[in-house]
Amino acid sequence: MAEREQIKKPSPRRDAAKAEQAPAKSESGEKLKADLDDLLDEIDDVLETNAEDFVKSYIQKGGQ
Amino acid sequence: MALPKIVGIETELGIMVRGTSEWNPVSASSLLINAYVGNQPGGLDDRTSPIAWDFVDEMPGADARDYLPPEFAMPPEIETHLVNAVLTNGARYYVDHAHPEISTPECRDALSIVLYDRAAELIAVESMVQADAALPPGQELILYKDNSDRKGNAYGTHENYLLDRLLPFGQIITGATTHFVTRQIFTGSGKVGTELPGLTQQDIPYQLTQRAEHFEEEVGLETTLKRPIINTRDEPHADSQRYRRLHVIVGDANLAQVATFLKVGTSSILFAMLEDHALERMHPLADPVPTMHQVSHDLTLRAPLEMDNGKTMTALEVQFDLLAQAKEWSQSHGLESVGGDEVGNMILERWEQVLTGLESDPDSVAAQVDWVAKKRILEGFRERHDCDWDDPRLRALDLQYHDLRPTKSLAARAGLETLVDDVDALEACHEPPEDTRAYFRGKCLQKFASSVVAANWDSIVFDVGDDPLRRVPMLEPGRGTVEHVGAILEEASTVNELLDKLGA
Repeated sequence: MAEREQIKKPSPRRDAAKAEQAPAKSESGEKLKADLDDLLDEIDDVLETNAEDFVKSYIQKGGQ
Repeated sequence: MALPKIVGIETELGIMVRGTSEWNPVSASSLLINAYVGNQPGGLDDRTSPIAWDFVDEMPGADARDYLPPEFAMPPEIETHLVNAVLTNGARYYVDHAHPEISTPECRDALSIVLYDRAAELIAVESMVQADAALPPGQELILYKDNSDRKGNAYGTHENYLLDRLLPFGQIITGATTHFVTRQIFTGSGKVGTELPGLTQQDIPYQLTQRAEHFEEEVGLETTLKRPIINTRDEPHADSQRYRRLHVIVGDANLAQVATFLKVGTSSILFAMLEDHALERMHPLADPVPTMHQVSHDLTLRAPLEMDNGKTMTALEVQFDLLAQAKEWSQSHGLESVGGDEVGNMILERWEQVLTGLESDPDSVAAQVDWVAKKRILEGFRERHDCDWDDPRLRALDLQYHDLRPTKSLAARAGLETLVDDVDALEACHEPPEDTRAYFRGKCLQKFASSVVAANWDSIVFDVGDDPLRRVPMLEPGRGTVEHVGAILEEASTVNELLDKLGA
């Protein structure tokens, strides 16, 4: 099984080249605002209900 | 010449089980990891339990400051009885204290670490699916990639860098502290409110980082209390005569891939510059711990930081000068130590782009920097719902940004720029990087799992039948690559053949 997997490997460098060819778009303020409005519409749908209890119950002890 | 900056990231995840009040984090973490490992096709062959982690070389109590008396610090305990698995991509997946933790395989550069950090997120997502199938109906296990419960409890995202043992530890302290304090302007994941005693939500409605407020010392061995900016754990997991592994505990968990890329990339360059004696202006701070808090609390990025020489600089000014020195160093020394020209130049370009954006208009880097992306969502929500910073929904949004469930994750909806494809990251859940010793570890688990008794960072133990167990040491993190052992692994059809060919 090793042969196939060695040929078809994860290749981050390919993505490096791609990322350089297509740098982040500089979006206009209006486009950003519209994106944010869409995002906020979606957040109203996915936001956990009963936010106060949800946040209160999140306790994480014993970490580094 | 600087050594190759081989790097790994350990991420402790926040964990919750909903739908019951009867759960504990250790059992839930164990269930999560067993559910994932037990459901992986291949690799584990006929085994019923995951390949065990080998603790023989663990010594987290060793202190880099070898001049200190042993009673100076309490060494951390190693919990050898908890679930601890090695994955076929070379990663370690285990229960650490009361959290699930995943350590990426050793990676050769900052872009490779982004790929394996994303793979770790995908492993966590798959683990939640498998865990839910094992839980009673109505219960759900949720993982968060964050660093604080916002109630005073923190957990880490630790970076590990391969350094030259010859580099004096004092230089690491001086050179790295200022970078760790000021890099927060692009590594922070954002947090609503404050956890510092004496401060309230009114004082600090929102800050850059999750972690900064949990640091109390400049230098030390601790990781769970009185956390130090420079951690002195001296556990190289490699040839201790040649190497040091710098255990960096100050960073936030990033969801933005560019932030992870820059967190690791800029730090790799800084350490390479130290090894090359090319960091002329280190900009030592007068009082690093309060300054670390100050930077995290300053959304303007313009606060004057007290320097050791009595002058002041802003975090942006410090970072721009580190960047300027890094560019000069890249011209005089090349970028081979940080992964070559392509990745090295990408670090320098992205570093400049993000600093310039933060200086002119922070919102312009909302796709690259987590605290900006999160703040944009919070500000938008406040405006739409006309609510104040102490509204519990904002705290819920803050937490949900880090929720790893694709159906709930706000980070996944925030328009963050990606540097690696998920197709490649899915493959990286199973395939090791080819350019570090993780390749040998991962491929041995893929091909000879039934003969592997245990593995750890710097060795693998094989059961070869009647003979005693055989330990293959891997003390060179840059060896055991496809170039070194690819053909041998390919040709060997049994573990005995493999060991013969390796001369082990």
